[in-house]
Amino acid sequence: MLHIVNKSPFEKNSFASCVEHAADGSAFLLIEDGVYAAIKGSSVADALGKAMAMGKVYALKSDVASRGIQAKLADGIEQVDYAGFVDLVTTNDRVQSWL
Amino acid sequence: MSDIKKFLYVNRRAPYGTIYALESLEVVLIGAAFDQDVSLLFTDDGVFQIKKDQDTNQGSGFKNFSSTYKALGDYDVNKLYVEKESLEERGLTVDDLMELTYEDEDDDWAEKSSIRLVSRAEVKALMEEQDVILSF
Amino acid sequence: MKLAVMINEGPYQHQASDSAYQFVAAALEKGHEIFRVFFYHDGVNNGTRLAFPPQDDRNVQMRWGELAEKHGLDLVLCVAAAQRRGIADEGEASRNGKDANNIAPGYRISGLGQLIEAGIQADRLVVFGD
Repeated sequence: MLHIVNKSPFEKNSFASCVEHAADGSAFLLIEDGVYAAIKGSSVADALGKAMAMGKVYALKSDVASRGIQAKLADGIEQVDYAGFVDLVTTNDRVQSWL
Repeated sequence: MSDIKKFLYVNRRAPYGTIYALESLEVVLIGAAFDQDVSLLFTDDGVFQIKKDQDTNQGSGFKNFSSTYKALGDYDVNKLYVEKESLEERGLTVDDLMELTYEDEDDDWAEKSSIRLVSRAEVKALMEEQDVILSF
Repeated sequence: MKLAVMINEGPYQHQASDSAYQFVAAALEKGHEIFRVFFYHDGVNNGTRLAFPPQDDRNVQMRWGELAEKHGLDLVLCVAAAQRRGIADEGEASRNGKDANNIAPGYRISGLGQLIEAGIQADRLVVFGD
């Protein structure tokens, strides 16, 4: 399953809830304010680590760049553009948005 | 000939503070006519949507739409999954929820509860079975 | 693949409509089919032709209509959500005693059945919201 998270983990529990409900083999795509969850060494590092242990965590490049956190991302976060976003949707069997 | 798809409506928000609970319920009711395999999930603050004793007559000005959940059984929407951990985190038990039932046509129309109390682990598995997941 | 998109928030207030637009544009560029773009909740506010945002920024409402025209997209505003929020086409306006309509070109108003149908017919349905 592709889990899409668009809200900041410091604002809402969507990222935390997503990670608690995701199964092994999931892929996670952070978009919009959700990209803040990818910051290295934040208070949600544990949840991020948990997600990375289950599957790959991606962040939408343009959203990372708009927010100026390009150099702040945790190791192992893969940035994708919208074409990559589309590929993630089509290559995963199902998709769920955590709003 | 299209196969039946499994639709999961994920409810994570409380009622009244925002419109998502009400308008997502409207989707479920319309969707019921399409004969798909429908499940509703109440997790996080979504469990508050089916809290009993909702009283909008104390000056809220709102229409009380909680009774609409009771009609779901008549629309053949009878898989209402409620996450245990979400209830506990919010100091609730299943006894705090509305009685939501349906009549089981395979069991002499016996009235049964539509509410299925599930653990977070079971919700994980439930989600993996779905074809279409709608979030509001 | 056949993709469908649901947009739950209005223009500018949330990034949802922007993200969805970029996603749809990228999907079309890759040769995928967009079965439908369905606007629900405040998302129906994307369908007004009366907005005049600053000229030096993107026009969220209009660019959907432009993309729709270029690619033959089906942009659907949910009728119940639109009625609540005051987005109407000519028919809806006259049926409900309103003195004007405001739907933007490229959009149409229809029922929630169109969303369910999109879920059934498309290979993937992606939700953008808040």
